[in-house]
Amino acid sequence: MTVGGAAPLGRRNPVAKLCAALVFSAAMVATLDPVAPAVAIVIELAVLPLFGVRYRTLARRAWPLLASALGVVLTVVLFAADRGGATLLHAGPLHVTTGVLTTALGLALRMLAVALPGVLVFATTDPTDLADALVQNVKASPRFAIGALAAFRLVPLLTQEWQMLSMARRARGVDAGRNPVARLRLFASTAFALLVGAIRRGSRLATAMDARGFDAGLPRTVARRQRFGTADAALVVGAAALAGAALTVSILLGTFRPLLG
Amino acid sequence: MGTVELRGFGWRHAGRRAWAVRGIDLRIESGERVLLLGPSGAGKSTLLAALAGLLAEDSGEQEGTVEIDGLDPRGKARERVGIVFQDPESQLVMARAGDDVAFGLENRGVPAEDIWSRVDEALRRVGFPYGRDRPTAALSGGEQQRLALAGALALRPSLLLLDEPTANLDPAGAALVRTAVRDAVTGDTTLVLVEHRVAEALPLVDRVVLLEAGGGIRADGPPAAVFAAHGDALAAAGVWVPGHTVPPRRARTAPGEPLVTAERLGLAPRLAPTDLRVRAGEALAVRGPNGAGKSTLALLLGGLLRPGTGRVVAGAGLLGPDAPRGPADLGAPHRWRAPVLARRIGSVFQDPEHQFVTATVFDELALGPRRTGRPEPVVRSTVDELLGRLRLERLAAANPYTLSGGEARRLSVATALATAPRLLVLDEPTFGQDRRTWVELVELLAGLRDDGHGVVAVTHDPDFVAALADRSTTLAPVGAP
Amino acid sequence: MATSTNPRWRTIDIIIASVIAVASGVVFWAWNYVWSATEGAFAFFPPAQTVLYGLWLLPAVLGGLIIRKPGAALYTETVAAVVSALLGAQWGALVIPQGLVQGLGAELAFAALRYRSYRLPVSILAGALTGISAALFDFFVWNSEYALGSYRIPYALITVASSAVIAGVGAWALTRALAGTGALDRFPAGRERAAI
Repeated sequence: MTVGGAAPLGRRNPVAKLCAALVFSAAMVATLDPVAPAVAIVIELAVLPLFGVRYRTLARRAWPLLASALGVVLTVVLFAADRGGATLLHAGPLHVTTGVLTTALGLALRMLAVALPGVLVFATTDPTDLADALVQNVKASPRFAIGALAAFRLVPLLTQEWQMLSMARRARGVDAGRNPVARLRLFASTAFALLVGAIRRGSRLATAMDARGFDAGLPRTVARRQRFGTADAALVVGAAALAGAALTVSILLGTFRPLLG
Repeated sequence: MGTVELRGFGWRHAGRRAWAVRGIDLRIESGERVLLLGPSGAGKSTLLAALAGLLAEDSGEQEGTVEIDGLDPRGKARERVGIVFQDPESQLVMARAGDDVAFGLENRGVPAEDIWSRVDEALRRVGFPYGRDRPTAALSGGEQQRLALAGALALRPSLLLLDEPTANLDPAGAALVRTAVRDAVTGDTTLVLVEHRVAEALPLVDRVVLLEAGGGIRADGPPAAVFAAHGDALAAAGVWVPGHTVPPRRARTAPGEPLVTAERLGLAPRLAPTDLRVRAGEALAVRGPNGAGKSTLALLLGGLLRPGTGRVVAGAGLLGPDAPRGPADLGAPHRWRAPVLARRIGSVFQDPEHQFVTATVFDELALGPRRTGRPEPVVRSTVDELLGRLRLERLAAANPYTLSGGEARRLSVATALATAPRLLVLDEPTFGQDRRTWVELVELLAGLRDDGHGVVAVTHDPDFVAALADRSTTLAPVGAP
Repeated sequence: MATSTNPRWRTIDIIIASVIAVASGVVFWAWNYVWSATEGAFAFFPPAQTVLYGLWLLPAVLGGLIIRKPGAALYTETVAAVVSALLGAQWGALVIPQGLVQGLGAELAFAALRYRSYRLPVSILAGALTGISAALFDFFVWNSEYALGSYRIPYALITVASSAVIAGVGAWALTRALAGTGALDRFPAGRERAAI
């Protein structure tokens, strides 16, 4: 499921990748114009091969973002605060100006530019490696990191369980058809059953973990070493530099619109 | 090393009125192999949890003492005890097999350079068929249990506790786990095993301890002596005593009209195209190895999945008083509205808790009749009748999730019956059940069959097939010749 | 009104908080699966979704009510945000800070009561505060370009109201229902029911 194991950036320390993504995303959040995120997206797409991710994989994972981007455009068209510039269309609530279009483009591109680094990180990072790196390189609490990891292992089981619960309800004679209230109740009932099952399973898991010494209070040793080296630091610095470059391009072109101020 | 001493030991969980276990005086010497038996509710699991030091002081009330090598099991003695539980999925912590075995070693502070050699050694001892990188999600139940055993053995315990390790496994997987236990446990390790299926466990043990339901130990000694003296009482209490078989309940009359027919029914990649037919007054067993698609077949017959190939044809006898609207109504149970489906086919899932929808047992039983439009007085009488028939009267106001395994199983069958369907489809109905519930289920299903219902049971259990099935069909794994 | 006296998290506290977060993430996935696929306009139109914003903030209050230890609300909401991002890949790495900010509101509510009170009014307060923190994050980070009067302010108000009701009252009711099933027997919330 995770890819990019051999690629130069794909196999970097998970915490380094996460920091790089956070830095890059935070920088892109800071601006509202279309230029900086457009440059950022170009950069992100360009480094994709270095992470060992194929464009098709990215398209598959990122297409829900396009639906969200469309939602953003629609919201801007209807609710924009600043309708400056030449009017292109005015029909009832739809008052589209060049200013509105620029804003819409900027917000949509910003959303994509902010989301893509995260998609890259999640696609190329094994959860166990991330937990190990958090414990060894960032000094996170091992009990919390491993605990979260153990619970995370249950995700595929829970999605299967959701299907089973839905089928079981149908077998009991419970379905909802088109009625939205009935559908909501059915959804809530299924969600409740999922939660009960998950908590009971989790309780057994916690007991089993304690039985193997998880709460012994001894300092844990590590079976899988995660190193944070110069290449990893370089990744974080490089991400900051590239984000800065994208912002600089926008500043130089005079299109920069900071979020604050 | 690995000696166990219990004096007057009892435990009551917080929030319960009854004591889980009480009045236990027991001594187990190093290297003994003990089979712990008793009826459901006698406290076997609680006792094992106490030996493993897993009963936290704030989670209940203790009477008497329990010591491992003279130490409190909650303290230093924890390092000497290993335990394997019943449910494989809730014991495995990590996503890769080797990492899971290493988990316990990391917790104990074993130096990093020693970890992987000990992991490999443990995997070898249990005969684990794959390497360290095997994803745990891709393992069968038997493989997962062997991995859990490896995880316990890697810590080199002096006392090994096994709490029904094969209860959730098919016979093939269970046999592999028992072989792994036999081969991997060395001479000086003390073993305490809880197991319903006594005959299979006997080769692993040299002593049997029988717990009494109300408290105390009823019998303690070599297996032959204990079974000779207490065999009948044990069988009545739900233990599978060797030599106490259940007489078969076959149909006395010829089967009636076909209720459901599967024609080239398949769903890639889980189920290869299959033909079968179930008639009224007939019990059909569907068998096959893991991966053959038995559960998928049960879901397809129950109208809960859409067929990939072929179709499920409902016979006229299934459709009941509401006459079919047209030829289209005869086929495709998966297209029927849920209340219509529930009136015609009752599905009982492998895990009863998947089917609980309401907050009390009474409402669970009433749900089906209410949903299918029965008037309230009829609902009430149906529920009362079912409560009586399945011995659930005193639980009518209880939350279904608080029921024991056997009670939950009875409730799940009762809820399927509440809408009076002519066909009953059951997925592994006897999984993990003790002998008492098992016998009740066979009696109940035989009675339904004799009344003219059709019963289809997907099962691993050869005794169940021998006791109930009029016909049996075996599925081959997908892709097999 | 039982409380936990020891602030240190037991293993079961960590696992159950994580499980609540993970299960919430799966519920959110199922929600998108069930609703977005069919209710196109609903999914499309952010303002309409705001009424249900509280659902995404429920893990924070639920974690706090069940675990009853410092950091529970914060931890549960952050992990839930990460899991839902992994299942939906919607907001990328920014979900981590966003989840932290969202969980912070509920955490402050429980902290203000010194982690000793978990009754309905506290739960509603936690829901409302978590709604405020979520609304503030969105106000400044995501909604800055929309009209103040017709969008930003109604959005914020609806978020807080939704959160107080769905996350606040909802989590409290959910905790009681869960306690009834016996699933919370090792937690203070489970001890509050009568012995069975």
